[in-house]
Amino acid sequence: MAEAILTVTDLVKHFPVTRGIVFKRHIASIKAVDGVSLTLHRGETLGVVGESGCGKSTLAKVLMRLEDATSGTAVYNGQDIMSLRGEGLRRMRRQVQMVMQDPYTSLNPRMTVGDIVGEPFEIHPEVAPRGDRRARVRELLDLVGLNPEHINRYPHQFSGGQRQRIGIARALALKPEIIICDEPVSALDVSIQAQVVNLLESLQDEMGLSYIFIAHDLSVVRHICDRVAVMYLGRIVEIGTDDEIYRRPTHPYTQALLSAVPLPDPDAREHRQIIRLQGDVPSPQNPPSGCRFRTRCWKATEICVREDPPLVPREADPHPSACHHAETNTHVV
Amino acid sequence: MGRHSAPEADDAAAAQTGEPLLQVDDLHVEFRTGDGVAHVINGVSFDLRAGETLAVLGESGSGKSVTAQAVMGILDTPPGHVTRGAIRFHGEDMLRMSGTRRRQIRGKRIAMIFQDALSALNPVFTVGWQITETLRKREGMSKKDADERAVELMDLVRIPAARDRLKSFPHQFSGGMRQRVMIAMSLAERPEIIIADEPTTALDVTVQAQIMDLLGDLRRELGTALILITHDMGVVADVADRIAVMYAGRIVEHADVHSLYRNPAHPYTIGLLDSIPRLDDKGKRLRTIPGLPPNLTAIPSGCPFHPRCPFAQDICVTRVPPNMDLGGGRRSECHFADRIVTGELTRPDQEDE
Ligand SMILES: Nc1ncnc2c1ncn2[C@@H]1O[C@H](COP(=O)(O)OP(=O)(O)OP(=O)(O)O)[C@@H](O)[C@H]1O
Ligand SMILES: Nc1ncnc2c1ncn2[C@@H]1O[C@H](COP(=O)(O)OP(=O)(O)O)[C@@H](O)[C@H]1O
Ligand code: SF4
Ligand code: SF4
Ligand SMILES: [Mg+2]
Ligand SMILES: [Mg+2]
Repeated sequence: MAEAILTVTDLVKHFPVTRGIVFKRHIASIKAVDGVSLTLHRGETLGVVGESGCGKSTLAKVLMRLEDATSGTAVYNGQDIMSLRGEGLRRMRRQVQMVMQDPYTSLNPRMTVGDIVGEPFEIHPEVAPRGDRRARVRELLDLVGLNPEHINRYPHQFSGGQRQRIGIARALALKPEIIICDEPVSALDVSIQAQVVNLLESLQDEMGLSYIFIAHDLSVVRHICDRVAVMYLGRIVEIGTDDEIYRRPTHPYTQALLSAVPLPDPDAREHRQIIRLQGDVPSPQNPPSGCRFRTRCWKATEICVREDPPLVPREADPHPSACHHAETNTHVV
Repeated sequence: MGRHSAPEADDAAAAQTGEPLLQVDDLHVEFRTGDGVAHVINGVSFDLRAGETLAVLGESGSGKSVTAQAVMGILDTPPGHVTRGAIRFHGEDMLRMSGTRRRQIRGKRIAMIFQDALSALNPVFTVGWQITETLRKREGMSKKDADERAVELMDLVRIPAARDRLKSFPHQFSGGMRQRVMIAMSLAERPEIIIADEPTTALDVTVQAQIMDLLGDLRRELGTALILITHDMGVVADVADRIAVMYAGRIVEHADVHSLYRNPAHPYTIGLLDSIPRLDDKGKRLRTIPGLPPNLTAIPSGCPFHPRCPFAQDICVTRVPPNMDLGGGRRSECHFADRIVTGELTRPDQEDE
């Protein structure tokens, strides 16, 4: 396996819940990310999946330092991103870029495409001398499959898929090593989604990029990712290669999640085990004791109430799974 | 559940004789705005029989919601105008009915579920109040009876502890529970048809699966016919009997669910199936549909799909393809549908990737 490019250890992000206007009293905290550890290898795509509110976007924002971590480390190039300041932080922001979910709101409507894609050069002028910038922007537009002649158009003159390409071009401007993609294709129609997925894959091959690919569509994640982390209530509950997660999942939550995905094949139902979760995800303000999944888990026993299961390799399969009763299930997909 | 013994006698008869509950025939809808006339629906025809599930599949802007709005009689007019066609419910054209008569059908005999339950529900009224609003207003039901009925309906859609939650407000419910409230509302007057417009698009897969199971169970228990509008090829495969694939305001392919997936007969359907990644297979590079959906104020000549179609020939630019009958209830609007469905013609592009 390739070397680690990013190593995240015990990352925590709690948002305070306060009451009162003048004297804010801290009454509780939302445990959006609550002890996440993972490794991203050079040149790979690591998927992060999980239900709405499980902390995926918060994880991305903390890694980008758009939010400050409560505790934990994320080591990139031998330095902890969480404790970078000034010039170090600026340098990190050149190397780690982000593509946002919503192609409709993540671009400034009053800036031309040329200005949007070229903006990173204003912040990091050392990357491209002023005179070269227009030419660089045109190259970037061409690279992501947009017409370089459209450099003076505004975002509203582009379709959703094209706007997502603009966001990708902008992320590529500074030749980063890592791109964190937060639901980059979720808002797109399938035919357009496929175009953007292919683009991300070929850019990775050409430029040796490493991706953290956040998505709720488990089919897209299987297609694009080398490894996958499954999140539940601020934690990773299972992590492994795409085969380990999709063909030999051992965590009940992963199994339920996969089983819920409708397959585009009317005969698929016959061969699949149907698992239906009851109820909703508990509040991240006070997650259940022991295993956080126990309130929805059909396999929960007494130990699950008492002991928080660690994310470690299990007898059932060598990839890490945070379940006391980990068992392989090969019939959920 | 006794009170939910629809379909009513005449529908049962209709199912036997095969007469459709709903017939949409050559529907045309335009939107007239400052930017010109958008030809949004350009000759949509389909039938729906009692107890059946018809899925309407298409990408955004293809005209799925507008079709549903036209059937419900809730089209945004102006700028929207039905310019041609008929929508027959039990044989009677709703487009030529009096407003009063139409209102008796809307919501009562044909009900609709929307994608975004939060904005479809009124935040200042309790869910119990909203579920039974029509019952109190239209059927003069007393408050007490209406509450009882609301509890029944909430049980039916499996909202736990229904009686305790009668007085809750929509924001106190999760997204999935709000969608259940919407379904309960739509069932209040025991409709014969439910039109569900992307009912699970905003929900997580685990909740989506619960809601789709619920819709399937209700259909079996109550015999309600369902028009399910979606862009998700997976959801459709799981629940539909028949599928209508829409592109630029036309149904370009119409087939039973098995044939559509096994043996698609229209290049657009083939393109859609090729471009979705599969959960059960890592797959190679995705085959895409090039380009973008058309601007509906300037729909391409001939076959509207021709600028994006890998099968296109000269004739596609000049001649509108016929609605080809492929037998077994299958139809496809492509000049070469007969040769595509037999496998004689295959997708020529992107082969080597
Ligand atoms: N700035 C904030 N202040 C308080 N709570 C927050 C804040 N940002 C996120 N949260 C909470 O943290 C939890 C995780 O949110 P996050 O946006 O990371 O979820 P997500 O996994 O990205 O969900 P989705 O799939 O809906 O995008 C949620 O409960 C959310 O409400
Ligand atoms: N109220 C409206 N005014 C103008 N155009 C509309 C209106 N409602 C829908 N349209 C247009 O009609 C077309 C079809 O829309 P719709 O039926 O909502 O598509 P979808 O298949 O995504 O449900 C789109 O081009 C849309 O912009
Ligand atoms: S530890 Fe217990 S509750 Fe948690 S997933 Fe495993 S069996 Fe279920
Ligand atoms: S008629 Fe021509 S352009 Fe249209 S779908 Fe068929 S082959 Fe393609
Ligand atoms: Mg998010
Ligand atoms: Mg719609």
